[in-house]
Amino acid sequence: MSHGSNTDFVLAVEGLTVSFDGFRAVDDLSFYVDDSEIRVIIGPNGAGKTTVLDLICGRTRATAGSVRFRNRELTQLREHDIVRAGVGRKFQTPSIYDDLTVFENLEICYPRGRGVFGSLFFRRDQAVIDKVREVAATVLLTERLEEPAALLSHGQKQWLEIGMLLIQDPQLLMLDEPVAGMSITERRQTADLLRRISQGRSVIVIEHDMDFVAEIADRVTVLHQGRILAEGSAEAVKQDPQVIDVYLGH
Amino acid sequence: MFRTTFMTRHDLLGFAVLAVLLLLVLPLSLDVFRLNLVGKYLTYAFVAVGLVLCWGCGGILSLGQGVFYGLGGYALAMFLKLESSDPESTRIQSTPGIPDFMDWNQLTELPWFWEPFQSLGFSLLAVLLVPTLFAYLIGVAMFKRRVGGVYFAIITQAIAAILTILIIGQQGYTGGVNGITDLRTLLGWNIRTDFASYVFYFVCVGLLFVCLLVAQFIRRSKLGRILLAMREQEDRVRFSGYDVAGFKIFVFCVGAAFAAIGGAMFTLQEGFMSPSFVGIVPSIEMVIFCAVGGRLSLLGAVYGALLVNLAKTVFGESFPELWLFAMGLLFIGVVMAFPNGLAGLYQQFLGDRVARWLDQLGRPSRSQAPVALEGGAQ
Repeated sequence: MSHGSNTDFVLAVEGLTVSFDGFRAVDDLSFYVDDSEIRVIIGPNGAGKTTVLDLICGRTRATAGSVRFRNRELTQLREHDIVRAGVGRKFQTPSIYDDLTVFENLEICYPRGRGVFGSLFFRRDQAVIDKVREVAATVLLTERLEEPAALLSHGQKQWLEIGMLLIQDPQLLMLDEPVAGMSITERRQTADLLRRISQGRSVIVIEHDMDFVAEIADRVTVLHQGRILAEGSAEAVKQDPQVIDVYLGH
Repeated sequence: MFRTTFMTRHDLLGFAVLAVLLLLVLPLSLDVFRLNLVGKYLTYAFVAVGLVLCWGCGGILSLGQGVFYGLGGYALAMFLKLESSDPESTRIQSTPGIPDFMDWNQLTELPWFWEPFQSLGFSLLAVLLVPTLFAYLIGVAMFKRRVGGVYFAIITQAIAAILTILIIGQQGYTGGVNGITDLRTLLGWNIRTDFASYVFYFVCVGLLFVCLLVAQFIRRSKLGRILLAMREQEDRVRFSGYDVAGFKIFVFCVGAAFAAIGGAMFTLQEGFMSPSFVGIVPSIEMVIFCAVGGRLSLLGAVYGALLVNLAKTVFGESFPELWLFAMGLLFIGVVMAFPNGLAGLYQQFLGDRVARWLDQLGRPSRSQAPVALEGGAQ
């Protein structure tokens, strides 16, 4: 394995390992994500899916291995520097600010005035308002901008959080179960949304719903006990006997 | 739509009412002794306003604000003490020209760290900078390591206890348990006259309004909204590209600076400073002032400090042994029944009506109602 070599991939994960008290939650994992690709990670509970996202975005520190984003090593950077490098992360449960309005939720994520004094003297100018409106339109929340985010439905909260990432214009977007708890209609709208926003950026999605996976995935990576069990198109992965054995069931 | 304003009409009304109360009603209706008491209560309002930012907005509960109040108070007390300890008026001491308590403790020269406090300019700077720097160090040590919540509260409490013990133990350098007493003049001007009391009262109110306006500016800035966001979803803020620790350190330092100004105003108005304003009990009382007023309301904090202190004076003097229990009950009661304190009650029963009234008064443009209680700015 050639650690540190330059690649054309947006994201190159190589030999990534993390152990918690001797338990290897992620074990010598390597995978590569292309530009404008939607990659879906599936696997049984405890396979290490969320941990992989945590490792990429710096929430958990790797024991070994490398994560390179556009050939920049991320494993030593602090979380906010990883974000500023262009990696956005959505959490499994919607993490939004209930007490603030939808507008303010989006505005906080606008990538300007991120220092203490920058934010103290941040001006809400037309560029900010326009950008917030544009993103709100993308995530179907134009009508709700002035309301407190607490009043949104569960699905809308998920979209708001995706919008909060979009406004940062990340080159890599990582979404942990974005359609969990959504209605059928909302799932379809979310699939549309993901296809629209993957133009010009890469997306990594953790998902359980195989129909949804088939609908959105360019490639699927199957994790099992911290290792890659299979990788390929959704169709190919579905046919893989090992995957059927440990995850999909007969 | 989406316009940010520094102050809504409703805020403005609140500030105006408070200004009329503090600058006209109280000075005209109270004698100088009682006005001086109000002035003393107001020194705690500085701390409570700082706590609204730290605790109410940022979710950082400090049980050690007395440390900063005390440091601010001591910095000014040291200057005033040196001024009162000129060789002429201390000629009966074995070492004239040093503060009396040093003489009693067999010190024969002024300790090095007292030297710069001969200068008023340095002392005033020290009032602000010493507590702020100390808060900065605590903040860096705690928040960079992501110590928060209850652990942070306990550590601040420990720091308050340590500082008290230090002050009491180092009697020769600090005046010990009595504190620094017998302060008489400021640049030769007698600070114990009625006239001085009036002057200090108005200076105190003026500085309080400066702090309130600074706090209002912070509340209405994006930083203010980030504080609210941090309190709710710290990780989300971090993964939106913000260095969360920096924001916590900043707001903690602002709270410390406000508390320090309050402490210095206490020294001026009361003519002494002692460790009894530094320790755990006064620090917790300060949190209660803020909680009673409403921990999300800047103006509420001022009323909280005024009312709880008034109650303390009235009841505390008649039933001193019961006062601490009453205080504890008050705190529990407020937290359980009125988590937003007096400001919450105002909002519930009067806020909408006042907002509607303001609407009718104003031009057709809409005004914003529930401002005092939210970080919302539109």
